[in-house]
Amino acid sequence: MSSTTTVPVFWRSIGQRLTILLAGIAAVLAILSWWMITSFAREAAERTQDNVLVASATTIAEALRSEQGTILLELPYSAFAMLDAIGEDRVFYRVAAGAQTLTGYEDLIPPSNPERPGDVAVGTIDYRGDQLRTVTVMRTVLADQNPVPVLVTVAQTRTGVQAIGSGLSQTAAVLSVALFILAVGLGTFAAGNALQPLNSFAQAVTRRGPSDLRPLRRKVPDELSPLLVALNRLMERLGQSIRRSEEFIAEAAHRVRTPLATVRAQAELALHTVEKDEEKQMLRRIIRAVDESSRSASQLLDHATVSFRADALAQEVVDLADLAEKVTDGLAPTAEMKDITLTLDADGPASVRGDAILLESALRNVVDNSVKYSPAETQITVTLAPADNAHWRLTVRDEGRGFSDASLPELTARFKRGTNVDQIVGSGLGLTIAEDVLVAHGGHLKLSTPDDGAGACVSLILPAA
Amino acid sequence: MRFLLVEDNIELAEAIIARLSLDGHAVDHAKTLAAADEWLAVAEYDLMLLDVMLPDGDGRAFLRKTRTTERVPVIVLTARSQVSDRVDTLDLGADDYITKPFDFAELEARCRAVLRRRGTPTPALIPLGGALFDPSGGTLSHDGETKPLRNRELRLLEVFARNKGKILSKTQLLDRLFSQDAEVSENAIEVYVARLRKRLSAAGVEIETVRGVGYRMTWA
Repeated sequence: MSSTTTVPVFWRSIGQRLTILLAGIAAVLAILSWWMITSFAREAAERTQDNVLVASATTIAEALRSEQGTILLELPYSAFAMLDAIGEDRVFYRVAAGAQTLTGYEDLIPPSNPERPGDVAVGTIDYRGDQLRTVTVMRTVLADQNPVPVLVTVAQTRTGVQAIGSGLSQTAAVLSVALFILAVGLGTFAAGNALQPLNSFAQAVTRRGPSDLRPLRRKVPDELSPLLVALNRLMERLGQSIRRSEEFIAEAAHRVRTPLATVRAQAELALHTVEKDEEKQMLRRIIRAVDESSRSASQLLDHATVSFRADALAQEVVDLADLAEKVTDGLAPTAEMKDITLTLDADGPASVRGDAILLESALRNVVDNSVKYSPAETQITVTLAPADNAHWRLTVRDEGRGFSDASLPELTARFKRGTNVDQIVGSGLGLTIAEDVLVAHGGHLKLSTPDDGAGACVSLILPAA
Repeated sequence: MRFLLVEDNIELAEAIIARLSLDGHAVDHAKTLAAADEWLAVAEYDLMLLDVMLPDGDGRAFLRKTRTTERVPVIVLTARSQVSDRVDTLDLGADDYITKPFDFAELEARCRAVLRRRGTPTPALIPLGGALFDPSGGTLSHDGETKPLRNRELRLLEVFARNKGKILSKTQLLDRLFSQDAEVSENAIEVYVARLRKRLSAAGVEIETVRGVGYRMTWA
């Protein structure tokens, strides 16, 4: 687990990781395509200019003639008109026979000259602060029967070509950015789509209650099937170990309780045969200790059952009136031993939805508590009535010692007992169990001291079905 | 009353038998389900106390089987305390259950409650002077009038009735009545004795105080 802390934030999500990778690839492709489009466009513009320059120089060369040994040139208009096509670039020319300039700009020296007539030499020079593209053609003109090689150079500034190039480059950049955005969008979608089986797999696992350990039977992509197999194996092992521990608990309870029962029965029997007070006192202490341990054991087991079942709550319809009758019937003999009258005031049916065993356990713990803490010859009343139009309220009211106000808020905490319990045997789990059950059913437990003073009042409030 | 106790733990069984005999009940003991079957075939019982985990099988299966043929009320002795197990036991036809370890007073109270619910006739009435005491029903009849006794009065009267003319010390009485709750003092005995005197005086039953020793109940 510690390794995750060293990983950058975005690596924690496979989705983000995929998206970022795809976006990176898209960026590289976009830059590459922009660069390619730009350079192709520039090259195409330059080639066009070169072709026009060649045509222009050739036209001039063809207009050369000789008359009485003098080379004459009448510049054809068309030679420059075709150059006008390329924007507002300035045009320069030079016609030279050998080193002698016949016409044009004397200082326009091309970087190279063609070696044979008919050849074309192309180059780029810096001329008067501008970059020029130069094209030179050679033509041999006969003057006085002598062939004279004449070089015709036509040059043009490159502003127009560069403008076309940068215009195209801008368009290419816009297109590349658009392409990039599209690619990121598609990448996010693709990542989400590719991860969809993983998410639905995770949801299927999450939706289950913690005690639902049946193997998962789903179609998953090949990449996920090792995970599925591993998970199913884990659940199987977990299920086995839960079953083993449940069996173990039942067996342990049996093994512990039977000898405890023997100890208690023998001690109680001995109580009737011994005479000395201190011996009786010792036996009573033994009985008390046995009661305490067995009571704690029951409530711990109850609590374990509640925790286990509350996670995967059953949803059967339970009649609270019926349930209250069962609980009061079950506890009546215990109450009778202290001459406590346990009365039930319930008109059924009062339906709630949930786990009958848990609800019974909750009410039993509350009533059992009342019986335990009530003095002899008192009343305990269990009343079932609507709390409001969506809830039922089961109230257990006794005439016992009540709750001391100071301890009221913490009584439902695990292993917490009131400060006024004196010598009464208890584990402090009873109200915790009840509250856990009620909360699991969407209800709650309310402890109060009745308005008219004595006794305690415990209300179990549950949503009606 | 006659009990059949089905329990494989000998020490526990002996303690239960001794305690029930102390209260004047007759108890037959079966260590296995097979033995229980034999006892049921030859004798009539008022109540069966059945352990659920026995060497030759599950007491609950036995319960399901006997429910179809026997009418004898059953109280299950169980070490399984989980609510689900208890509910299970009652569904199988037990009349009640008690979780080990248990208080004899509670066992007695549950037996009485089961018998009362079943409406089993109890012929074991004890004549006390001019009154008739029904320990199972928990009533005292005098002059054609039957009055219910409170549980502690009933238990105290039962001890006195079975020990005619014997002196019983306060601690002895206390043990029989309140072994389960430690909060009761010897003064409580005086309160209950006073109540019994009031109920019984008309019938010619006398509870005399033997100074420094205890109480003795006598009747004609």
